[in-house]
Amino acid sequence: MELKSNIPSGPMDQKWEKHRFDLKLVNPANKRKYTVLVVGTGLAGASAAASLAELGYNVKVFCFQDSPRRAHSIAAQGGINAAKNYCNDGDSVHRLFYDTVKGGDYRAREANVHRLAEISVSIIDQCVAQGVPFAREYGGLLANRSFGGTQVSRTFYARGQTGQQLLLGAYQAMMRQVGLGKVQLLPRTEMLDLVLVNGAARGVVTRHLVTGKLEVHTGDAVCLATGGYGNVFFLSTNAKGSNVTAAWRAARRGALFANPCFTQIHPTCIPVSGDHQSKLTLMSESLRNDGRIWVPTKNGDTRSPSSIPEAERDYYLERRYPSFGNLVPRDVASRAAKSACDEGRGVGPGGKGVYLDFGDAVQRLGQKAIAEKYGNLFDMYQRITDENPYKVPMRIYPAIHYTMGGLWVDYNLMSNIPGLYVLGEANFSDHGANRLGASALMQGLADGYFIIPYTIGDYLAKTKLDKVAPDHAECNRVKQDVSERLQKLMAGKGKRTVDSIHRELGKLLWDKCGMARNAAGLKEALGKLPDLREEFWKNVTIPGSGESFNQSLERAGRVADFLEFAEVLLTDAHDRNESCGGHFREEYQSPEGEAQRDDVNFAHVAAWEYRGPGEKPVLHKEPLTFEIVHPTQRSYK
Amino acid sequence: MKITLHVWRQKGPSDAGRMATYHHEAHADMSFLEMLDTLNEGLTLKGEEPVAFDSDCREGICGMCGIVINGIPHGPRKSTTTCQLHMREFKDGDHITLEPFRAAAFPIVRDLAVDRAAFDRVIQDGGFVSVNTGSCQDANCIPVPKKASDLAMDAAQCIGCGACVASCPNASAMLFVSAKVSHLGLLPQGQPERGDRALRMVHRMDAEGFGNCTNTRECEASCPKDIGVEFIARMNRDFTLSSALERQEKAGGGGG
Repeated sequence: MELKSNIPSGPMDQKWEKHRFDLKLVNPANKRKYTVLVVGTGLAGASAAASLAELGYNVKVFCFQDSPRRAHSIAAQGGINAAKNYCNDGDSVHRLFYDTVKGGDYRAREANVHRLAEISVSIIDQCVAQGVPFAREYGGLLANRSFGGTQVSRTFYARGQTGQQLLLGAYQAMMRQVGLGKVQLLPRTEMLDLVLVNGAARGVVTRHLVTGKLEVHTGDAVCLATGGYGNVFFLSTNAKGSNVTAAWRAARRGALFANPCFTQIHPTCIPVSGDHQSKLTLMSESLRNDGRIWVPTKNGDTRSPSSIPEAERDYYLERRYPSFGNLVPRDVASRAAKSACDEGRGVGPGGKGVYLDFGDAVQRLGQKAIAEKYGNLFDMYQRITDENPYKVPMRIYPAIHYTMGGLWVDYNLMSNIPGLYVLGEANFSDHGANRLGASALMQGLADGYFIIPYTIGDYLAKTKLDKVAPDHAECNRVKQDVSERLQKLMAGKGKRTVDSIHRELGKLLWDKCGMARNAAGLKEALGKLPDLREEFWKNVTIPGSGESFNQSLERAGRVADFLEFAEVLLTDAHDRNESCGGHFREEYQSPEGEAQRDDVNFAHVAAWEYRGPGEKPVLHKEPLTFEIVHPTQRSYK
Repeated sequence: MKITLHVWRQKGPSDAGRMATYHHEAHADMSFLEMLDTLNEGLTLKGEEPVAFDSDCREGICGMCGIVINGIPHGPRKSTTTCQLHMREFKDGDHITLEPFRAAAFPIVRDLAVDRAAFDRVIQDGGFVSVNTGSCQDANCIPVPKKASDLAMDAAQCIGCGACVASCPNASAMLFVSAKVSHLGLLPQGQPERGDRALRMVHRMDAEGFGNCTNTRECEASCPKDIGVEFIARMNRDFTLSSALERQEKAGGGGG
C-alpha cells in the first residue's frame, strides 16, 4: 500500500492557497443532495457540522453524551494559539509554523503545519464574531499570554476556560443549523462500526444508549471527530467517556493508525491520591507563566515546603534550561519531573510530586492579580486536595493528557479509506511527536471550520456515489456483526468488573509504555496483553440487559477496543528505535538525558494496518521531508 | 468512613421508582462520584444492577453530572459540581440521600440520570450569533470594554448542568436562559439579534414546560458557577422591550 499524502506542489507558503484553487467545487444547488455524517461534537466535530451545514450540505451528527456541549474539548483550560502578532513581539505565521515543527520534534508534516499556522489567524476572527468572550486589555483589545515551547505571547484565552468558550461557540453555531433543519442531532448515540460500500465509507452503525437500539445511518462521507485514546491508560486527564472505539472500529475496517506511540504526558497534573481514583485532573500549563517548579536539593526531605530555605531548593527547569525556564515544552518538563522523583527528591505521598510554587508571583503581583488569572484553577486544586495554593505550593505530577497519534490522513484530512475523514485529535496530522500547549484547540477548529469544508467538496465533486439505503446488504452485515459482539459481551457472567480490567490494562501501559519506555518492558507488555484480553472475554461480568441504559455495557465495549488497540500502541513504541517528543526510549538518550532522535531511520510516519488480535500489525511508512525547518537536536537551553 | 446511602432507583420513565438503601464504606479523599463508582463495583460483583448516573469530565466543566444530594443540587458545598465534591464534606455515620434533578422538562432516563435536551432546544432557538464561517473582520476591529467582556464571561461560564432548574420550586430555567441572553447581549457582536434572541429563547423555554421565576433565588444559591440573578433582570429587560416593540410592529405602529 502506498501512502499518498497529496501534499500540493509549490512553495510552502503558497501550497494551501494553490490547493484551494485546485480543489473541485460542488455548486450550491447540488450541495443539498449530499449527506455528511459527523461523529463527535467537540471542537472539530461541531465546527465541521456547523460549517458544512452553512454551505448547504445535510449533516447528521452523533455524540455519546446527553448533549453535544459535553464533548471533552470543553475541559481545555489554557488557550488557543494564533499568529496575530498583536503583542508586537516578533510573531508571524512562519514563527508559529517553525515553533510547531520544532516542538513536534520533527515528526510532523511541514505542509500541514504551515497551513495550520496560516489558518490560526482566521480562527480568532471567527470566534470573536461568534461572541467568544476572550480576555481583553483595558483598551478593549484582545489580551495574550505565553505558553510552553515558545518565546512570544500568542495565546488567546478566556480565563482558565478557553476550551469551554470555544466549544460553546462552535456548539451554538451548530445548534443554529439544527434549528434551521440542516443538521440532525443524535445525542446519546454511540458509533459502533463503520460501513464500507465498494471500498468507500458510506455509513455508521450506532447504538442508542438509552434504548439499546441499533441503527444504520448512511451518507456520502463520514467525518470522525472522536478525540484521542488517552484513556487506554485508564488514569488520564481525559473525560471518563473518552474512548478509541470509533477510530478503532474504522481501523478494523482498514483505516491505518499512525504513530500511536506519540502520547503526551502533561507535566502539571494533580498527583494520584489513592486506588479509588477515577481520573486525573490537569492544572493548566499557563500556570507555568507565574509558578516556579522546584524540589528539595536533598533526597527524602520531608520538611514542609515553607520551612525549606531558598538555598536548599532546586528550581531544576530554570537551572537546566535557562532560556525557556519553567516554560519548556511538555515532554521536556515531564521527563525532568520524573527524573527528580526517580532521584528520590519527589514530594508528597509516595514521593510522586514536585512543587509548583506561586509564592514569588503572589509577592510580586498580589493575590488579587493571581486570582484573576488563575482563580478557577486554584479553587479546583483546593477542592480536590484540601490545600490552599495561595499559601502552600501546589503539588503536581505528570499524567497522560493528549495523543498526537491517530488515524492516518492525507493533506485533505482523508484516511486511506475513501470518504472517511478524520478531524481534530482523532487524526495524527499536525503535532508530530509532541504537541505544544494551546495548539489542540487551534487544530480542532482549523480542521472543522477551515479545512474540511473545502476538501470534502473536492471528493464529492469528483466521485460518483450511488445511493446507499440503510437496508443495503453491507449495512445489514455490519449491523449483524455489531449485534453479535454486543451479545457476546452481555453473555459474560464472570467475576471481574469492566473497570478492574481497564485499571489493569492502564497500569501495564503506564508502567511499560508511559513517560519512559524500553524494548524489554515493551516486549513484556506485549506478552501480557493476550492474557489480559482473554481474561476480559472469559471473566468479565456485565449486569442488566443490552436493550436498556446500561453503562457497564458501554464501558465494556470501549475497554474491549482498548485491549486490541493497545497491541498496536505497544508495537509502534517497540519498533520506533529512537526517542522523540513524547516517545522516550531509555536506550536512546544523550549523556545529559535528552531525547535522541534517529533521523536516518525514523524520519517517517508509522502507519499500522491491523490484522486481527495477536497478529503483528503491518507497518506502512510515509517518509517525512523537511524543506524549511531543518531537523536539529531540539534545544531549550 | 461508614455511610448509609438512600438512592433513588427507577428503571425508566414509565417505572414508578423507589428509594433503596445501601451501607457503604468510603474514604475521605474520594470524590463523591468515585464513592459511587466503588458502590457500583460492589453491586456489579453481587450481580445487581449498578446505579446509573451521568458524568464525563469530572473536572466541573462539562456539566454532565448532577445529583440532588441531601436535598441540594450538587450537594452541600457551594460553587461545586457533584463531580468536584469530595467525601471529606461528610462524616462517619452520615446518611446521604441521592435523587435525580427533578423537573417536568427533565424526564428521568434511569436512576439518577435525566434528559436535559430541552436546554439544547432553547439554545437552538436563539442562543447564538448568526455568523457563518469565514465572513468576519479582524478580531481587534471592534474593541470591547474590559468590564463588558468580563461580565459577559461571568454569564458565559454556565455549564448547562440544570441545577438551577432542579433547585427552583417552579422548575424555572430563567437562570440558564438569562446567562446566554446576557452573555451575547453584553457584547457588540450580539447586538443585532439581541431583542429577537430574548424573545425566541423565552418562548422556547415556556414551550418546554419550565416554570416562571418567583424570585426565590434558589437557582443562584445552587449554581456551581456562581451565576447571579442579575442576569435574569437583564433578560427581563430585553424581553419586555422587544415584546413591546413586537406588539407595536404587529399593530403597524412604530416606524422611523
